[in-house]
Amino acid sequence: MSEHIVPKRVYYTIFGILMLGTYLTVQIAYFDLGRLNTIAALTIAVVKATLVVLFFMHVKYSTRLTWAVVLGSIFWLGIMLSITMSDYLTRGWRTFG
Amino acid sequence: MPDAVHHHAHPALAHHFDDLGQQSEAATLGMWVFLVTEVLFFGGLFLCYLVYRTIYPAAFALASHELDVVLGTVNTGVLITSSLTMALAVHAAQMGQRRLVMMFLVATMVLGATFLGIKSVEYYHKFEECPEIRAALHLPGGDEGAHACHVPGPGFTFEPAQHARHAQIFFSLYFTMTGIHALHMVIGLGIMMWMLWWSWRGVITAEYFSPIEVSGLYWHFVDIVWIFLFPLLYLIGRHG
Repeated sequence: MSEHIVPKRVYYTIFGILMLGTYLTVQIAYFDLGRLNTIAALTIAVVKATLVVLFFMHVKYSTRLTWAVVLGSIFWLGIMLSITMSDYLTRGWRTFG
Repeated sequence: MPDAVHHHAHPALAHHFDDLGQQSEAATLGMWVFLVTEVLFFGGLFLCYLVYRTIYPAAFALASHELDVVLGTVNTGVLITSSLTMALAVHAAQMGQRRLVMMFLVATMVLGATFLGIKSVEYYHKFEECPEIRAALHLPGGDEGAHACHVPGPGFTFEPAQHARHAQIFFSLYFTMTGIHALHMVIGLGIMMWMLWWSWRGVITAEYFSPIEVSGLYWHFVDIVWIFLFPLLYLIGRHG
């Protein structure tokens, strides 16, 4: 197995994007966009996290098994969040009884 | 005694692996499996946050206002920078640059400690506002009754009062989530110390750098947790 060595400029570029993302998150928070505020904050956070996982954590250059484990964690997290929220968000519906 | 296969084996190669590449892949995979448990561990806390924020959006927005957004933003920058120095430490390890590895590990530790220092300043401000806690810890007076006490417990106060109960939930989550995150940082500093020791002893080489790589995975994960904590705790309802 040959270990992939990521060039340093990739790290600097990702670092720049992460800092820019932090700046944008803070700036956007001061504008009243209604529901879009939360969506924007979480979108930026997800993009930042993805960049960290792919480049700083080298998943982009990792084996398929590592990919499967990483995607698996997101999938199970999704199950936990979505099924729980499908309960809490629908408690007010009272369409029966 | 070593068999023919391991005749010229690297001293760090465990006997149940064919070569260092296979060993390093196994180590990376093992760390990722651990991080999956961490994702779901923090995920439970984020889920708790999501449920209560959905039920009490107004109280959460008001309570979020009581956190110091400047310190929070600076800390986000500090932590992202520490992830860069960590990534550069791994790069230096891959290149076999021992002194550079140690330098970047120390830089990562200094930034990690800075994060914890800023975090403790924030905690201190919150605790010293509470009269009972001031008395119990013999802290200097402060302006009598000028502040609200945002530390969950019997002394908790919040304005406007109709949101106090729900704001207390926000602050319980704030202290729990940032506290457990900070605990991970402290453990991370311990791991960095260990890696610094191994680099200094010359255990880490261009052939055998997987301990640094795997420690880096942990450090970056803790960074990712903060990337989500920061907007969710500090930035909701800033425009209000």
